[in-house]
Amino acid sequence: MNRHLIAAADLSRDDALLILDTAEELARMSDRPIKKLPTLRGRTVVNLFFEDSTRTRISFEAAAKRLSADVINFSAKGSSVAKGESLKDTALTLEAMGADAVVIRHDASGAPHRLAGWIRGHVINAGDGMHEHPTQALLDAFTIRRRLGGGRSGAGGLDGVRVTIVGDVLHSRVARSNIALLNILGAGVTLVAPPTLLPIAVDGWSCEVSYDLDAVLPKSDVIMMLRVQRERMTAAYFPSVREYSRRYGLDAGRMAMLPEHAIVMHPGPMNRGVEIAAEVADSPRSTIVEQVANGVSVRMAVLYLLLGGAELTGEPR
Amino acid sequence: MNRAADTWLIRKATLPSGQSTDLLLHDGVIAETGTRLAAAGAQVLDADGLIALPGLVDLHTHLREPGREDAETIGTGTRAAALGGYTAVHAMANTEPVADTAGVVEQVWRLGREAGHCDVQPVGAVTLGLGGTRLAELGAMADSAARVRVFSDDGHCVSDPLLMRRALEYVKAFDGVIAQHAQEPRLTEGAQMNEGAVSGRLGLAGWPAVAEEAIIARDCLLAAHVGSALHVCHVSTAGSVEIIRWAKSKGWRVTAEVTPHHLLLTDELAESYDPIYKVNPPLRTATDIEGLRAGLADGTIDCVATDHAPHPSEAKDTEWADAAFGMTGLEVALRAVQQAMVETGLLDWAGVADRMSVRPAAIGRLGGHGILPAAGGPANLTLYDPAAAPEPVDPAAHASKSRNSPFRGVALPGHVVATFLRGTATVLDGKATS
Repeated sequence: MNRHLIAAADLSRDDALLILDTAEELARMSDRPIKKLPTLRGRTVVNLFFEDSTRTRISFEAAAKRLSADVINFSAKGSSVAKGESLKDTALTLEAMGADAVVIRHDASGAPHRLAGWIRGHVINAGDGMHEHPTQALLDAFTIRRRLGGGRSGAGGLDGVRVTIVGDVLHSRVARSNIALLNILGAGVTLVAPPTLLPIAVDGWSCEVSYDLDAVLPKSDVIMMLRVQRERMTAAYFPSVREYSRRYGLDAGRMAMLPEHAIVMHPGPMNRGVEIAAEVADSPRSTIVEQVANGVSVRMAVLYLLLGGAELTGEPR
Repeated sequence: MNRAADTWLIRKATLPSGQSTDLLLHDGVIAETGTRLAAAGAQVLDADGLIALPGLVDLHTHLREPGREDAETIGTGTRAAALGGYTAVHAMANTEPVADTAGVVEQVWRLGREAGHCDVQPVGAVTLGLGGTRLAELGAMADSAARVRVFSDDGHCVSDPLLMRRALEYVKAFDGVIAQHAQEPRLTEGAQMNEGAVSGRLGLAGWPAVAEEAIIARDCLLAAHVGSALHVCHVSTAGSVEIIRWAKSKGWRVTAEVTPHHLLLTDELAESYDPIYKVNPPLRTATDIEGLRAGLADGTIDCVATDHAPHPSEAKDTEWADAAFGMTGLEVALRAVQQAMVETGLLDWAGVADRMSVRPAAIGRLGGHGILPAAGGPANLTLYDPAAAPEPVDPAAHASKSRNSPFRGVALPGHVVATFLRGTATVLDGKATS
């Protein structure tokens, strides 16, 4: 494993599989009545969140606490950051307080890279601008592996699985991380989006691109819907929300075009009625709630592996 | 300054033409050239192996004073310029207050004269406060003691086509030139780096080539329509070079500059997310570098200009999106040009003299500069050792107040040995004399 988890693109296949397999092991333990493990006792994990993201923060918080780490939540609002403190000074302050790992969410792409250059602790990227959100990709891969593994707990990669990612790829760190990790794990990726929401050089990415959702649906084992951000709706990326929804939204009719085994994913939070219809989000094909639960297991695995906690059996690693 | 007392005998210098000569500097001029000159009482400088270039002229320097003396002052910036071989720099208008009145440009001009390291020719703002809506008093700046001829809102594009037309027309009355920062603002909202494969991967908002090229094309057409002079600042794309080549082929009065960093560095450097590589216009691709070098070699691009943009460390020691745009350049420009253009065989030293002194002086309407070394001419000279072993650039050793050089740690050839401003040495043995 690398010292930090900054980008899914930095992972080797072996690293990715180690994280997923460790997450499986931890998930099994989470089914026990007492969920807490002593493995990171005495370690301090700082959640350094410059963007509001309750979901991701509490997921990391739950993961760290189940491993018995001490958790410090640092939200930029109302803090020294709001008073103009630089990221570097904030980082050095946290380090001086003894952070063993910093989980960072930041609106600037590359902020975790910079942070890793300034502190000695481990850096875990919880989403940076439009760049990456590696633990989201890991939990998505974990979910796909479990679901398509036919009920048994998943193992191995995702070789041959056909994943379709639909929506605002241009601005999406979730898409970037997923494309990278799915490629590493052997899955085939197709992007579907209006051309305005694809990067200009997307033809150099290792994935297929289509503007026609209906044509791709029957050839998809997994369909991953991306959230349409409010600010895109008024910036001429598409004429109207209704037109977007008609052309790129997943409704019940479109869901019926998917192969029977196919699953529907969404990183949340959803815009029901825009990129995904309510009956799709709530259908048995949807993994949306499962993704949230799996997120805790995957983040536990990342913290455990990076911080080198004691063996799950109790012995030091 | 007691210039008359400075008599220098420079022995065996190589002129840009390749010819070897002695140069006798006296009373601010080159008094004599030839072999085995003698002059009693002259200080002697052995220039065997050194090239004697006409003192370099920069059309595009940010000296930051008044207003941001934490980043640079006219004193530190012009000392850096002299160390880079420059005898004249054009100081950009985006100071605080903006150089949009006769008062500010005269102040900058006077501070430059007092510092004495090189001549400072102020550039006037095109629009009031760089606001892009009303013309500044261009005539008052032209008539001031600073004799402003180059006007630019650099850092901002004069994007309003009507205002740009009027500016181009208006400066014809005093032989002025509008130096445009070509950047279509709507196409570059929030832009962080070149739009392309790397920006897509890094998730940084893209600054597309078309945002530069569209403005250049428009401005060339406007300059042709009103018969005025347009200068294009820091050309960064291969497409821009093609448009300028076409405009020149029509006989239109269009000139252009390229920076040393755009001749050598590509957008892949952004992979580090280190904002030392963040600049506007952004670093582009290897294809663009090829186009820019070819354009500079064939004269489509008239000159090299540094766009020296000093920033204090805190402006760069931050996340990419939050960091300031800009790079220092004065102290390494000539070495970078040797690396990009001479080592590649694209320019000889006569070409370097033309692109870094003669042409920028002509574009800036700057008398007394940009004149090839010859008897009777002004003693503005740069003695350069092209054979000096490549040394890694160390920004900490720079005279500039700021350290944001993108060439940090990069080995560049060559060494500026001495610079003379009207016969007075501003640099000797690679060190500033004051």
